[in-house]
Amino acid sequence: MITPDRMTRTTCPYCGVGCTLDLHARDDYIYKVTSPFDAVSNHGNLCVKGRFGYDFVYNRARVLTPLIRVKRQQPGSRAQAFNLDEWRSISWDEALDHITNRLTEISRRSGADSLAFYGCAKATNEDNFLLQKMARALFRTNNIDHCTRLCHAGSVVALQKALGSSAMSNTAAEVIENDVFIITGSNTAETHPIIAIQMKAAVRKYGAKLIVVDPRRIEMVKEATMWLALKPGTDVALFSAMAHVILKEKLYNEAFIRARTQNFEAFAESMEKFTPAFAEEVSGVPVDQIVQAARLYARAKNGAIYWTLGISQSSHGTDNALSIIHLALLTGHIGRRGTGLNPLRGQNNVQGTSDAGVMPWHYPGYQPVDSDVSAEKFEKAWRIESGGLSRRRGLTTTEIISAAATGEVRSLYIMGENPMMSEPNLNHTHELMKELEFIVAQDLFINESGAFADVFLPSCSWAEKDGTFTNTDRRVQRVRKAIEPRGKSRPDWSIICDLAQRIEKHRERNGASAYWGYSHSEEILREMGRLVPEYAGVTYARIETTGLQTPVLDENHPGTPVLFTDTFPSGRATFHPLQYIPSAELVDAEYSLILTTGRVLEHWHGGTMTRHGRLDELYPEALVEVHPGDAARLGVKDGQAVHVASRRGTVCLRARVTDKTTPGVVFIPFFSVEASANTLTIDVLDPYARIPEYKICAVRMTAASEEDLPHPHVKAERGRW
Amino acid sequence: MSEPIFLTIDDTVVSVEPEATILQAATRIGIRIPTMCYHKATTSCAICRLCVVEVEGSRALIPSCVASAGPGMVVHTRTARVERVRRTILEMLASSIDLSEAPELQAHMRDYSVDITRYSGCQRRCPPILDDNPMYIRDYAKCVLCWRCVQVCAEDAQYTYAINFSGRGFETLISTFYDRPIMESTCVFCGQCLGVCPTNALKPKREWLLEQGQSLDEIIETTRIEKRTCMSRLADPSSEPERKQP
Repeated sequence: MITPDRMTRTTCPYCGVGCTLDLHARDDYIYKVTSPFDAVSNHGNLCVKGRFGYDFVYNRARVLTPLIRVKRQQPGSRAQAFNLDEWRSISWDEALDHITNRLTEISRRSGADSLAFYGCAKATNEDNFLLQKMARALFRTNNIDHCTRLCHAGSVVALQKALGSSAMSNTAAEVIENDVFIITGSNTAETHPIIAIQMKAAVRKYGAKLIVVDPRRIEMVKEATMWLALKPGTDVALFSAMAHVILKEKLYNEAFIRARTQNFEAFAESMEKFTPAFAEEVSGVPVDQIVQAARLYARAKNGAIYWTLGISQSSHGTDNALSIIHLALLTGHIGRRGTGLNPLRGQNNVQGTSDAGVMPWHYPGYQPVDSDVSAEKFEKAWRIESGGLSRRRGLTTTEIISAAATGEVRSLYIMGENPMMSEPNLNHTHELMKELEFIVAQDLFINESGAFADVFLPSCSWAEKDGTFTNTDRRVQRVRKAIEPRGKSRPDWSIICDLAQRIEKHRERNGASAYWGYSHSEEILREMGRLVPEYAGVTYARIETTGLQTPVLDENHPGTPVLFTDTFPSGRATFHPLQYIPSAELVDAEYSLILTTGRVLEHWHGGTMTRHGRLDELYPEALVEVHPGDAARLGVKDGQAVHVASRRGTVCLRARVTDKTTPGVVFIPFFSVEASANTLTIDVLDPYARIPEYKICAVRMTAASEEDLPHPHVKAERGRW
Repeated sequence: MSEPIFLTIDDTVVSVEPEATILQAATRIGIRIPTMCYHKATTSCAICRLCVVEVEGSRALIPSCVASAGPGMVVHTRTARVERVRRTILEMLASSIDLSEAPELQAHMRDYSVDITRYSGCQRRCPPILDDNPMYIRDYAKCVLCWRCVQVCAEDAQYTYAINFSGRGFETLISTFYDRPIMESTCVFCGQCLGVCPTNALKPKREWLLEQGQSLDEIIETTRIEKRTCMSRLADPSSEPERKQP
């Protein structure tokens, strides 16, 4: 029996639930993870990733020293380098000086907006706050974004349009207080496993009724009273038809609408055309199911809606999210305990990274960059001359890559993201990446994006540094150092401090420094608290045992579990008239199947973490799910190798014939580089949120032979739900 | 709220809400009753009988983890009769099960002056260690059948129902259905079972390998992903001729 020489309480680095972990380490090796049973988000329960998914920290492929390319890369001919013999180890001084010279030179030559930065929703609030501070204060650009653009941007923009906010309105654990709740576009059991078990308890122990609206027969359908299996991309039609029913049958909450909303009449008029019959024709969901679901939700005492990327990752993601928000505004299922509009955030710290201002249009705390008031506030805080900060909105994640083609963006600084797995239409994105002049990657592994870099900076994992994560229900929780940094790796915030000091010196700003002399991560959070009212009362001492839910307006403020109890940030909530717009790429004779993408329980997004550990043995290969009817038509058998092709690319992988998917729809998870779903996806964007349409594109499937598979010897040993 | 009730535990009067168990009432006034199958995260089911107490007027000993506190009840938590029962339970467990990694039970055994030789020569339960998945091992020679793992796999947490009792009497074990390997069961590898196991019968694979004397390097070496050389390449048929290599 092994006794730990160090036990550290920290927060899980995977999804947005924010589970509390106790890391048991001996000789700097984490051999076991447990969770305290009084933990506020997870009550001692964990999922496979939280309990077992930390061996990536020790993986031999992890980079433990700064690296530079042996061969200098030129725009146009830039190539990926995965093998260490294409790189040379250098000292931190050498690496940071080189980056300082190149970035300042490019910025001087090609202008401030020729640089762009990717922040990281896996990193801490402190890491991200400093990255945006470096981009804005030193390079004077707002070209900084992160993966929220690729996941919940549609929801965020819709919530801002309708309510003036952009977070979950309630606490996830309140699900047991719902009597009716809707899950849509969320495979909750695999993507938010701990919230899913609380949802199962809500149904089985507390008698709640669940309505699942999803094109896949996800695990939560087992718990559901109703499953509305809509065609991908028809969300606006379906939810607006529910609104239509609520309006026609006068099931709406008139007092709430009168007291707390505006633009109701124009909205109600726009809902006239969304008859249930129209919605059935578009979405394939029968009229009576639509009517029943509308009645069930509208008549609930405490109704709530939970959604994720099935709603937002669409060329009309903002409209999709608005159509859901309308249901809550019509019925008044918001602003009270046990109700709410709850976009479940994917990453452990995507909420915090957004809050920390890793956003091209916003300073920390969603203060607009194009407003003089907020710019002056930050100029003063960072001792920058008046008018020094850029008032120009920056480019979003996808726009940054596109701007490489036009030469607008010349250099990219990537902190812990992997756009070469997560961007849509990857073959095209690869071509764009080659055009860049200089790339810095700051990560644990040379992933598909880091392989394009000129300089690679080894950063620490979450177990090797201090900081805070903000989880899906806005709870700021501590991350604590459990082991010493491996090799020469350093925490992201410390790398940025070091680099920023060199850049500041190099640029010889007249005396005034924006300040980079942070001695501990807490000092950074304090600075953020001074600039972001919602974080003003968050200190490490206050969140020592239990995290606080933002807004925390001062040091005595208790935090805010439920938002909008009295008013919305925009005062009144606003209804938005909607039109139904079909998806960008529809099926035709040549490409007759709809591809939808997503995740599996065992893997995290692009796989930088989970594919470097034993989790990959549980789920070693991506499978394409195809409905038995389609499989029979195409002559595809379970386990058979197939080619899946779209107009943009082809992948080869094994088929899983299952009624987990619906006729005409195939599903591929995007974790696998060998069969990368994003080779197929389409790079068309939502007009407001600039989020790509990952969930819908047209593909065809043809039988392939075993030899065509990237790894024919790798075969999943087990099937799961 | 309903009125609190009063009862006497070991000569001390305690007031509790009517739903409280005797165990909760005793804990409130600092009286420690030993438990084994009880866990605050699982539904109490009084399987192990270690927490029995004597209640005046009651013929049998009462399991305090499930029995409600009653008004006017007079409870004795450590009479000679109670002690003898607890000691015997622990001696019987120790005679057939490996309790070497169960610190709480070890403490109870010291507390109750358990004589581990009392049933010496008994048949010991020693099924082989089950190492059938990448995440955890199952060493049922250490299992005291407290049922907590089954409970958290089912309604007390995960609703997965991958494991349950199998066999009867001495042959009873925790098992998947038809004793299939874990990989073929409904297990989602959440490891809630590991979180509540009181005897370390369930253990992360990494911890177990470390105990077997493997070095950190050796443990990492066994991770299969290491052996793949070209995982980090986009599968693009035109540009990757070597992609089929393992």
